[in-house]
Amino acid sequence: MESRINEFREGLLNTLKEIAYPLVAILISVIAGGILVYSFGKDPVLAYTSMIKGSLGDWNKFGETLVTVTPLILTGLSITFAFKCNLFNIGVEGQFIMGAIAAVWAGWAFAGLPAILHLTLTLLVGAAAGGIWASIIGWLQAKVGSHVVINGIMMNYIAMYTSNFLVRTALNVSGKAYSVEIADTAKLWRFSQAFVQFKHSRLHTGIIIALIVALVAYYILNKTVRGYEIRAVGFNPDAAEYGGINVSKNIILSMLVAGMFAGLAGAIMTTGVQYRVNTLFGFTGYGLDGISVALVGNIHPIGVILSAFLFGVMQKGGPLMQIQGIPKEVVGIIQGIIILFVAANFVKVIMGNIKQRKELKKTALQEGVE
Amino acid sequence: MSAVIEMKGISKSFPGIRANDNINLKIEQGEIHVLLGENGAGKSTLMNILYGLYQPDEGQILIKGKPVKIVNPNVAISHGIGMVHQHFMLIPPFTVTENIILGKEPHKGTTLDIQKAISDVEEISKKYELRVDPRVIVRDISVGMQQRVEILKTLYRGAEILILDEPTAVLTPQEIDELCIIMRSLVYQGKSIILITHKLKEVMSMSDKVTIIRRGKVIDTLNTKDTNIDELAEKMVGRKVSLTVEKKEAKVLSPILEIKGLKVLDNRKLEAVKGIDLQVHGGEILGIAGVDGNGQSELVQAITGLSKAEAGEVFLNGKDITNLPPREIIAGGVGHIPEDRHKRGLVLAYTLAENSILGSHYLKKFRKGMGLSYQNIREYCRKLISEYDIRTPNEKVIAKSLSGGNQQKLIVAREIDRDPSLCIASQPTRGLDVGAIEFVHKKLIELRDEGKAVLLVSLELDEVMDLSDRIAVMYDGKIVGILDAKDATEKKLGIMMAGGSAQDAV
Repeated sequence: MESRINEFREGLLNTLKEIAYPLVAILISVIAGGILVYSFGKDPVLAYTSMIKGSLGDWNKFGETLVTVTPLILTGLSITFAFKCNLFNIGVEGQFIMGAIAAVWAGWAFAGLPAILHLTLTLLVGAAAGGIWASIIGWLQAKVGSHVVINGIMMNYIAMYTSNFLVRTALNVSGKAYSVEIADTAKLWRFSQAFVQFKHSRLHTGIIIALIVALVAYYILNKTVRGYEIRAVGFNPDAAEYGGINVSKNIILSMLVAGMFAGLAGAIMTTGVQYRVNTLFGFTGYGLDGISVALVGNIHPIGVILSAFLFGVMQKGGPLMQIQGIPKEVVGIIQGIIILFVAANFVKVIMGNIKQRKELKKTALQEGVE
Repeated sequence: MSAVIEMKGISKSFPGIRANDNINLKIEQGEIHVLLGENGAGKSTLMNILYGLYQPDEGQILIKGKPVKIVNPNVAISHGIGMVHQHFMLIPPFTVTENIILGKEPHKGTTLDIQKAISDVEEISKKYELRVDPRVIVRDISVGMQQRVEILKTLYRGAEILILDEPTAVLTPQEIDELCIIMRSLVYQGKSIILITHKLKEVMSMSDKVTIIRRGKVIDTLNTKDTNIDELAEKMVGRKVSLTVEKKEAKVLSPILEIKGLKVLDNRKLEAVKGIDLQVHGGEILGIAGVDGNGQSELVQAITGLSKAEAGEVFLNGKDITNLPPREIIAGGVGHIPEDRHKRGLVLAYTLAENSILGSHYLKKFRKGMGLSYQNIREYCRKLISEYDIRTPNEKVIAKSLSGGNQQKLIVAREIDRDPSLCIASQPTRGLDVGAIEFVHKKLIELRDEGKAVLLVSLELDEVMDLSDRIAVMYDGKIVGILDAKDATEKKLGIMMAGGSAQDAV
């Protein structure tokens, strides 16, 4: 029992260490953003307080922020999962779109089923659609050798136009630029139905699903045979093959799972927020933001939760900043700085330099004494 | 003679390890000075300090009597120190000249003066008798040639003191002889050479002086002519070691591995193994001798399922295992110590515990329901660490942090502990020190004495001759002959390795 506790403590410490650098990066970016705002002649303190107020100021705002956070967690997990197999799932956007449109179909076509069953089915259909979409990309990489990134981008466009096509044809509401609405039995339960605090927010149980999925992703990656194999393929495919691990199979499987996460994100947007899909004139951005979320979350499922929350706060806090006369583009700039810092591992490099300089100083001092 | 380099009281610690402990080293002008020590003894740390890659915690470096601070490699180069790393730092698609001048290009205005560069390179290569063609592409030349290019690179930058890190690890016997001549000629022209190695034969044949380092401390500095291999081995390892392999008479049992008419393509789709018939019996070590690139790697890969056999059959204990997936071949009882431990043998970013189950990670004993039982895995790894004397702080560090010898011990432990009926050992002691070589050899002989079949593939003729009961010589994808180890001489094998038959050798 004692060893269990120690083990847990060690695990927790390691996790903290892993997220320490991104945290410092975020802090630096916030300061940099503040300087930027100041250089516009605006008050940086006001900027940040209004950002916080706009996203976390009351229960409803908090709820709306979580509505944004939910799909970001899932798309961030999608990127993370594929990345552990050394695959860059830029096709996350397409998988998200396919999940959303498939959920519309299931939520509409199976009307009449009991609520729990219908909702579960709808979410699963969405996840499956994303999973299939992604495993095509994985299959092409594993068997044909054509690159995940190129195919991912292509599949994003195919997904967008497929979705638009369906909105205009099979799932069309005549004369409208959006699809049919899903049945009530396929809708996620909203907090506003029971809690008066969340009366004016669309907060739904999707957030709980997203958090559970994050734990599941962590478990699969770190505690199962499958995760062991996927990470081995990601680190060193030659050694994995030598160890009797089927490299192609694990590439396809990790893309499948990554796609399911993204598809689920789309399905949750359909069943929790939109209830239908609009004609798309461009990408939704949830998928592509997932890349930033995963990066800032240090490609770690738990880090993804925190980083998705950060992104949600920034996105939801933007409008109130604008009301205060601070351009909302500042939010985009801060996001960019954070990603730059994290991606370039600036903090680590700088800390390394500081350490080295200290050592030099020490030796110089010693020699001076001699 | 005067000291060109003097390192005084150098100490350097890494978390948990005192890599260098008050080291004093003096290099005289015009000598070849060997730093001898086991893997992880601290030789490389010391040289990295001299080359400016690390800063010492304590101590002082004097070059030609003047104290200097070497904060980075550029400073080292400006003081005339050049380093040839064990793993070459060359750009394969560039020509020899382009590689040599990189970072110090001669130019005419803003354009690169390639003609001057070529003539510069030709000039220094003539001066030091390091013959290379400056116009060929590095990718297309042999490893021995690439090493010359590395040496020329340092000379081009005006190096007076050359550090060669394990230069012979990648060379054939002939290339080693050539390197020896090159080093002599360099020293004759006034350069000084620091040679890092753990190969005792080379110390004796190549050096003037030798400094032995063990566990971060200087044990002794000797004149090479006043010492001998046994003394050096004892000082290096810290105890008496047997340099000859002791083994009992083989008790040969029935065949375990049978290969019939095997053909394998290499990754360029050319036939690398051109029809091989071979049997390995229980209770024997069959050694495969041959010059690198004669189909040995492809043969091993086909047996282990890592490459497809184009034609022919492989039987293990009478069961056809031709082209089965690697997992089934492993489960069928094949242990494999791969030739490249970093490429194949280990997932360097994984912990020792995670590496210790690679290949049997899916088995029930390492699982708990759906998940892996990390408790069992760690316990298993701890068992291997103690049984196979793997030097590591614990089983939770990543494999990358271990020295080469300990990494290899981990692989050997994993492959042997699986209790295979056939063990394929490919270059099992490449880059290892005496202590580790002795250990690996002992383990292979133990396997043989237990009645297991051992297929040994090695480029080191001594190793093949010491360990094997029978020796098969491979040349150009074929087995040119199989000799009983008792009848094998270096001369006979040498002729067969060049494609001659055993009859020619008599």
